Amino acid sequence: MVDRILPQSNEDSQPFWDAVKARRLDIQTCADCGKLRHYPRPVCSDCYSMNVAWTTVSGRGTVHSWTVCHQAFHPAFADDVPFTMVTVDLEEGVRMTGRLDGIDEATMEIGMPVEVDFEEVGDNVTLPIFRRRGEI
Amino acid sequence: MDTLKDKCCITGIGETRYSKAAGKTATALQMEASLAAIADAGLKPTDIDGMVVYAMGTAVAEDFITNFGIEDLKYSVTAPMGGASCVAAMQAAAVAVAAGICKHVLVPIGRTGYSGVRAAGRIAAFPQFRVVGEFEMPTGTVAPVQFYAPMARRHMETYGTTSRQFAEIAVSTRKHALLNDNAMMSKSMSVEDHQASRMISDPFRLFDCSLESDGGAAFIISGAERARDMAKPPVYVMGVAEGHPQSPSTITQREDLTTLGLAKAAPRAFEMAGVSPDDIDVAEIYDCFTYTVLCQLEDMGFCKKGEGGAFVEDGALGLDGRLPTNTHGGLLSQAHMAGMNHIVELTRQLRGEGGKAQVPDAEVGLVTGYGDLGDGTIAIMHR
Repeated sequence: MVDRILPQSNEDSQPFWDAVKARRLDIQTCADCGKLRHYPRPVCSDCYSMNVAWTTVSGRGTVHSWTVCHQAFHPAFADDVPFTMVTVDLEEGVRMTGRLDGIDEATMEIGMPVEVDFEEVGDNVTLPIFRRRGEI
Repeated sequence: MDTLKDKCCITGIGETRYSKAAGKTATALQMEASLAAIADAGLKPTDIDGMVVYAMGTAVAEDFITNFGIEDLKYSVTAPMGGASCVAAMQAAAVAVAAGICKHVLVPIGRTGYSGVRAAGRIAAFPQFRVVGEFEMPTGTVAPVQFYAPMARRHMETYGTTSRQFAEIAVSTRKHALLNDNAMMSKSMSVEDHQASRMISDPFRLFDCSLESDGGAAFIISGAERARDMAKPPVYVMGVAEGHPQSPSTITQREDLTTLGLAKAAPRAFEMAGVSPDDIDVAEIYDCFTYTVLCQLEDMGFCKKGEGGAFVEDGALGLDGRLPTNTHGGLLSQAHMAGMNHIVELTRQLRGEGGKAQVPDAEVGLVTGYGDLGDGTIAIMHR
């Protein structure tokens, strides 16, 4: 059994992972101007505030792009190929990537509606994944 | 904006044999290439007084001081932009020479990219990949091909670009490699061969991907006045620039997936050089993937955004095409030296040392770099 690659969080990102573990998608938000930003970082690029809040988002979005991975470049993923990775425009305005499970490659298209789900990948670690909307 | 125009030249180039197993350390390979470049310039190792060392490599400037017996190295920097580093290093070297800090700046690279740690393993250690390391690698995207594939897919879906158009780039680059006796690939390739190659990360097939290689390459930048009296004909830096895309640390968050940092750098470099894409006789374009070439052609203004697929059709990038490109075989078919081999080849072309792949009367050419998650660099040069 090969160890998975696990997220190495820091002070900026830990609340995101804590929320994911609770099966919730929280996006970092400027506590002063209200702008959402992803991935987590220390400064709001709109108003330069370092005050941070978190917004629980819908998890709904649409496919912006994708790739179907046929070669695993790390032994942990050898049993998973082929798998589909999607880049998703969330309704609230930021993007995310994640696995899209249970999809026929030929039906992939830009704009396909998807929704976040959560997958436990190891002791104490949960990752966001996506499903075609309506299939959860 | 003629800040650096014609103030510096490439005065020496060197490279080792490229292979899958050099049997030498990456440090030894860059020493070997550097000594070749120094000899090509008619200099002694102790004449080197500045260095731009490859930031993701094994050797540091101190190794060169020790090995070459350099008594007073006056300038040592790095330009950590992945595959855009080598051209960024040319800018850093030209700045140091034009400012009078150094006389001869050495820019080397050496790697055991085939026999040593492979790309997917290397990039995880780069600070530029920390963010994708936390958020994207745990889901299974760990290699450059997987990060870049969604850019190509977005281009295809938006503009109708096809895999057969990617194949045109692979095929023309392979043709050039067959003219080069220091290229790793020696079998011919057809569009059908490309289409039959196995899928790696859709839409990228095996033959859309660059090689991994052992070897070394290097060049030397010297001041223009001094260069005119040196061993080889000088090749002038007309315009040079670097550009960072929006959201440089993650492609995912980039508003437009189909535009690279080169779109910012290219207009500045052309303005500095005082030329336009129409004036370019030969182009060495960073080709980690076929699509990367197509996108850069658009970002440099050789065609409009979305028209790169049509631009590369019908042998346009061949020696007798409208823009002879990657005349050495590129990263796709010669070797992956992070684009240092592209700088070496452009210098050869502009000196008239291009051998069987020489573009007749090449006077003005360009070389680009593409690195990490979309950084871009460009140098426009003339003989």
